[in-house]
Amino acid sequence: MNKILLKDLSFYFEGKKVLNSVNLEVLKNEILAIIGPAGSGKTTLLRLINRLEDATYNTKKEGDIFVDDKDIYSVDINVPELRRRIGMVFAQPVPLPRSIYENIIYGPRLAGIIYKKKLDELVEHSLRQAFLWDEVKDRLNQSALSLSGGQKQRLCIARTLALQPEVILLDEPCSSLDPISTAKIEEAMLRLKEKYTIIIVTNNTKQAARVADKVAFLLMGELIEYGQSRQVFTIPVDKRTDDYITGRFG
Amino acid sequence: MSINQNIIEKIVKIFLWIFTIITIFILFYIVGFILKNGIGGLSKEFFMEFPKSMGREGGIFPIIIGTILLTLAAVFIAGPLGIGTAVYLTEYTRENRITQMIRFGADCLAGIPSIVFGLFGFVLFVIKLKMGWSIISGGLTLSIMILPTIIRTSEEAIKAVPKPLREVSYSLGGTKWQTIVFIVIPQALPGILTGIILSIGRCVGETAAVIFTAGSSLRLPNSLFDSVRTMSVHFYILSREGISLKNAYATASVLIISIGMINFLSYWIMHRFIRRIEGK
Repeated sequence: MNKILLKDLSFYFEGKKVLNSVNLEVLKNEILAIIGPAGSGKTTLLRLINRLEDATYNTKKEGDIFVDDKDIYSVDINVPELRRRIGMVFAQPVPLPRSIYENIIYGPRLAGIIYKKKLDELVEHSLRQAFLWDEVKDRLNQSALSLSGGQKQRLCIARTLALQPEVILLDEPCSSLDPISTAKIEEAMLRLKEKYTIIIVTNNTKQAARVADKVAFLLMGELIEYGQSRQVFTIPVDKRTDDYITGRFG
Repeated sequence: MSINQNIIEKIVKIFLWIFTIITIFILFYIVGFILKNGIGGLSKEFFMEFPKSMGREGGIFPIIIGTILLTLAAVFIAGPLGIGTAVYLTEYTRENRITQMIRFGADCLAGIPSIVFGLFGFVLFVIKLKMGWSIISGGLTLSIMILPTIIRTSEEAIKAVPKPLREVSYSLGGTKWQTIVFIVIPQALPGILTGIILSIGRCVGETAAVIFTAGSSLRLPNSLFDSVRTMSVHFYILSREGISLKNAYATASVLIISIGMINFLSYWIMHRFIRRIEGK
């Protein structure tokens, strides 16, 4: 059963076509990696699933996005509610200028969870899932800005997990991280797959090969290739995919 | 060639140095002159006592209270209005004719001489709306006067809040209003406060607009509809009507010291604000 379905999805920004009629489906508890060179529309695609482009002016969307067979751009969708179901982690880790604890409970508290005990549980659980608990458990009240880059990104992942979402969108989560932090985040992802559906945008084809079940290759807003990770990386159908993966352009 | 240029460099430097010295000298001379004439008149009694025989004797206690009340009234009216307008302009609209017009209007408002505000406040609040010479008339008039400052500084402060922070809030299920209340306003607060403190300085120093709208009563006010006299007005009346130059200078000293303190405070907040933007 598919969790997310993109149907003929096109997107224009200031008259320029950023996405060109993309069809894609993501199954439940699967990791889909979207790869492609810079400017190919990967991030835009991700942001559309979270309706983050709503606030951008001069844009036009064509086609539909379904989550659980429900069109997420229909008028009766509660957007904050949708964003709680579909968590997003950005390329640049941006902690809120508050304590680590406050960062995690920001979302849950807006959702109406006020019991301290429940919030405490959420904080510990999500930090553990993001492999950060042991490093910060003694300083939850310290500013989140005092964390290292890799820790910040794991905090952002934990913050998203605290929403108890169904889908997690990761936009190049490791682009500014060192290999050790990257390894930790990849480990977390593989663990999270059991419970969540994950879409990860990455510039790192090796990372895609390591974590993804399926891979989609975007080029200039067009979906060039989509298939099982192993197949895409060993015997790609399209020559452009082969060129990109082997590093002949990009 | 290079010798000539060196000479020009030196001459320029000397002239700039002279300009700076002149500016600083004028500033220090004025402040020094007033403090020299006024500081002798400062005493505990001057702060705590009521004025006697039109201010010839006694202190300025009700005048200090009047100044504070009038300023608070103005800030409490203009603060929410100005911050609300700034939030609307930055968060709820995109740049278009209407926002440009609002901004243009606010800028024009900032350039109008205060006596015009005074006359306007007199005609509208004091006469037409029958509020009389009162804290409320004066507060409303001053609030219109400081509104542009508050709108513009708040707008700049809100614009300076990084977009990623807002997107994080949205992505965590925050509504627009929740994002404004929990993320944008707290982050912009130091900048907003700076604008408010600058406005307080303007209110405290204002004479023309106040004399037309808040009157010049020497009594302690009982309600918002009572007339008050501010320190600037008191100074004006004492010196203009030759009542007591000594007490006029003493009042001016209090005025200058309080405005200095307000500016120092705003500088301090601004400094902290900048440090925070730069990530400490």
